[in-house]
Amino acid sequence: MRDVAVVGFAQRQMQNFDGSPQCVELLVPLFAECYEQTGWTRKDVGFWCSGSSDYLAGRAFSFVSAIDSIGVLPPVNESHVEMDAAWALYEAWLKIQTGEVDTAIVFGFGKASAGVLRRTLALQLDPYTMTPLWPDTVSLAALQARLGIDAGQWDESAMAEVVNRSLTDAEKNEYAIRAGGSTVEDLLARPMFADPLRKHDCAPVTDGAAAIVLATGDRAHEVRERPAWITGLSTFSDGLQLNTRDLTRSESAARAAAALGGLDGVEIAELHAPFSHQELILRKELGLADDVRLNPSGGPLAGNPMFTGGAIRIGEAARRIWDGTADKVLGHATSGPALQQNLVCVMEGRNN
Amino acid sequence: MTRTLQAPVTVAFDYTRSVGPVLGRFFTGLRDRRLVGARLSDGRVVVPPPEFDPTTHAAVAEFVDLPDTGTVTSWTWVSEPVAGQPFDRPFAFALVTPDGADAPILHAVDVASADEMSTGMRVKVRWAEETQGHLTDIACWEPTSDAATGAAPETSVASDDPVTGIITPTSVDYTYAASPEESAFFRGLSEGRILGQRCPACGKVYVPPRSACPVDGVPTTEEVELPDIGTVTTFCIVNVPFLGQKITPPYVSAYILLDGADIALQHLILDIPADEVRMGLRVKAHWKPRDEWGTSIENISHFAPADEPDADYDTYKHHL
Amino acid sequence: MGKLPAAVVGVGQTHHRAKREDVSMAGLCREAMDRALEDAGMTLDEIDAIVVGKAPDLFEGVMMPELYLAEALGAAGKPLLRVHTAGSVGGSTAIVASSLVQAGVHDKVLTVAFEKQSESNAMWALSVPVPFIMPVHAGAGGYFAPHVRSYIRRSGAPTHVGAIVAAKDRTNALKNPYAHLREQKTVDQVMGSQMLWDPIRYDETCPSSDGACALVIASEKAAAASPNPAWIHGTVMRSEPTTAAERDQVNPQAGREAAAALWKQAGITNPLEEIDAAEIYVPFSWFEPMWIENLGFTAEGDGWKLTESGETAIDGKLPINMSGGVLSSNPIGASGMLRFGEAALQVRGAAGEHQVDGVRRALGHAYGGGSQFFSMWVVGSEKPTN
Repeated sequence: MRDVAVVGFAQRQMQNFDGSPQCVELLVPLFAECYEQTGWTRKDVGFWCSGSSDYLAGRAFSFVSAIDSIGVLPPVNESHVEMDAAWALYEAWLKIQTGEVDTAIVFGFGKASAGVLRRTLALQLDPYTMTPLWPDTVSLAALQARLGIDAGQWDESAMAEVVNRSLTDAEKNEYAIRAGGSTVEDLLARPMFADPLRKHDCAPVTDGAAAIVLATGDRAHEVRERPAWITGLSTFSDGLQLNTRDLTRSESAARAAAALGGLDGVEIAELHAPFSHQELILRKELGLADDVRLNPSGGPLAGNPMFTGGAIRIGEAARRIWDGTADKVLGHATSGPALQQNLVCVMEGRNN
Repeated sequence: MTRTLQAPVTVAFDYTRSVGPVLGRFFTGLRDRRLVGARLSDGRVVVPPPEFDPTTHAAVAEFVDLPDTGTVTSWTWVSEPVAGQPFDRPFAFALVTPDGADAPILHAVDVASADEMSTGMRVKVRWAEETQGHLTDIACWEPTSDAATGAAPETSVASDDPVTGIITPTSVDYTYAASPEESAFFRGLSEGRILGQRCPACGKVYVPPRSACPVDGVPTTEEVELPDIGTVTTFCIVNVPFLGQKITPPYVSAYILLDGADIALQHLILDIPADEVRMGLRVKAHWKPRDEWGTSIENISHFAPADEPDADYDTYKHHL
Repeated sequence: MGKLPAAVVGVGQTHHRAKREDVSMAGLCREAMDRALEDAGMTLDEIDAIVVGKAPDLFEGVMMPELYLAEALGAAGKPLLRVHTAGSVGGSTAIVASSLVQAGVHDKVLTVAFEKQSESNAMWALSVPVPFIMPVHAGAGGYFAPHVRSYIRRSGAPTHVGAIVAAKDRTNALKNPYAHLREQKTVDQVMGSQMLWDPIRYDETCPSSDGACALVIASEKAAAASPNPAWIHGTVMRSEPTTAAERDQVNPQAGREAAAALWKQAGITNPLEEIDAAEIYVPFSWFEPMWIENLGFTAEGDGWKLTESGETAIDGKLPINMSGGVLSSNPIGASGMLRFGEAALQVRGAAGEHQVDGVRRALGHAYGGGSQFFSMWVVGSEKPTN
């Protein structure tokens, strides 16, 4: 395998993006930031790959005009996944591993506020036996949360602790759209939204975009003193249907971690858990030790732009390598209802 | 005022879904007020039947009839229902394991408040008044005092009049926003002006202006007001009727290069027989009456011949 | 380090029809997948990863349908990727699947692309009104017809060249049991069919189909068991904007540069001499001569001469779309993968009645959006030497 590192990261998160669903206006300054961080120009980028969704934007081929933000004449080597940009990163990493290119920028974008997000996401379900009831994504997460509570795997206090830690950490994150720590007691006193979930247990509807720069060996050293070397990258999926799946688990997350030989030594993990109890599931399934610092950025409960939220976790984790806070970090991304699909990206700093 | 122009858009279609042989058994069962599940290769009974066995990957072939009573294994209270859900007032979504099944099915439970919901509660299907072979044939579950029968599921008999398809209306509402640059263009149109913008890098004039010049990746900036006259670069004659069409065929859809612009606009050419439209034709905007104007390109109802000699091919050939 | 060798060892496709009312979406995909697996002599359990491709989700009204399909496709417990690059997606998806093997991550990857257009109406899905904008077009035909007119003007091609392509492809489809439209067509019949989007006639347009295509792509080790692997000699993707000032929409730069890069990767210096058969994405007949030029098989302006001379017929110098092509079957999301898969069948000598004799190297090609996204591969009967 070639040595590939995350060497650039730029993001935007907001409650209501006053712009087009194609998000071109958001992407242009992001790429400018990537060039500033790397000293590159567009010509230095060997491959581009993005993640977005037509149903989020409300029109077919919504990603097509997004590439204008790159400036695509002369043409570019480019691809798109209808997934979170974390999987665009996976495709770009593959492209680099084949030896075809040495550098890539991956990006994601989405204006979730253009529709009613929790309703739109019902279109991800089984179109014959589920979607006709429009089961919203918050209700599904709530069913999952109660299963765990009833089984004694977690309780509302543990969920509130996740929220409290996240929103306290989010105070230091300029991109957070929800921040402000409180106390577990105060959080538990707030009203139910989708019993047993309160609003703060659910990631806020977030618009946004993000871009991540990848580079191999020498190209990475040119950019950063301490590139975040990707030493493990793995993704797995579970089925979606609720009658053939144990909702209190995320088997695909466990598989992804196991495929890397476990996650021992990880000091900081950015977990893409859009609901508080899902962080508890992930921590267990990924086998993270008790002393692993989770979501110092505030995590998805502070801001979770659709189709970007996973990639942001990878970018946030990489920053902790660049600045020397940690030597080994994890970025995690999820997709689909109730943690159906998971990706883990382990990054390490090396002093060479 | 937002910097962008916004308008509602509804993306709606009644999807016609052929269900195939396995789901067909489930929907046929619902039509006949039966819960049809499957026995999987690992011995478990589940409903709805998966189309393919999760272990063997073979098409599921062993079907069982299940009673319409079951036990809640998880639930939530939908305090703010969204459009299309089983109730437009607060209700419960629940995972209910039908008696004789080993896994739950997702549906609504009709009770007055969350206080009436509990894990382990017994429920019974409330069938829709008329069933048609659709998930909504189950109106919802409702509380019951019936105890579980404990009887083994019975082998399901195939119908000689199976359900083969369902219709799933899918309507999703959005607020569409034009980009700030496009919004300036549409606002200009509301004043009868055609506003382009020049790319600061390549100097090309874009109309409508762009949030990113597709060549340089930077927003177009310097405003350039363009005349409402230009040249047809290329076109097609639309003879085909289609869903949602607003104009009666035949009509000409053309690329029009406004004088001073570096990119062609798409619009209609009327006031000339379709078969007389040609590349190089000089055309002028035909504006609707001013009191019908909005922030839309439709303020220009169409373009019409400008009564000028055709443009020379060399003047527009690099725009094809 | 270069790309590790990879080969297509299984190809499967559905019987493409206007409406496949006998199957669900999962059933449609599995029909193609099961054929590909049988061809490869493998079971689903042996597959390491699944890559799904599909055009816009609005076509079926399911957001990211690979999620709900995961279990039926055997992807539960496996890596699952979903690619969407507009009309080129079938090709791009095959390329992403190949890269999983060429990067050394997996040995056996299954990729499937599908469209079940009868669930909705493609014309509707492509024409959802955008506020403030004038709806002047009529789906893909209305979009591409002006550019066809530009090609005719620029090249001076006689107006019956499009009909030659349509008659050829429809007639070729008679040799393909999976094709949607299987009908003998003459040039005169095509010329006599209704003008839909002038200059495009009814018989010069692709149908709207339900269908799927699946490929099994294997590493050198895994391909050793195959009697006739189709080795991947080159893959390429290129993109450019839908519209830009003075953008060449007839002979797009992205297509030209993609082809040049592809020929270089595959060690080909004279594609017309060295490519024995080509499956090219031709949804409207005139795109055959346009892409012949764009791909560098002839000089610019000369593509139509190759078509007119009959050299693109199944017994010609450069047979194009022996399967009947997109003009005979068009499940949009799968159409590109069908081109890639048919190219593989040709070099494997497994194309049945529409097999061209002695194909050593074949091209698979797809494009999408406003002639702006290109994906291509060259497959060969011999392991690549580069």
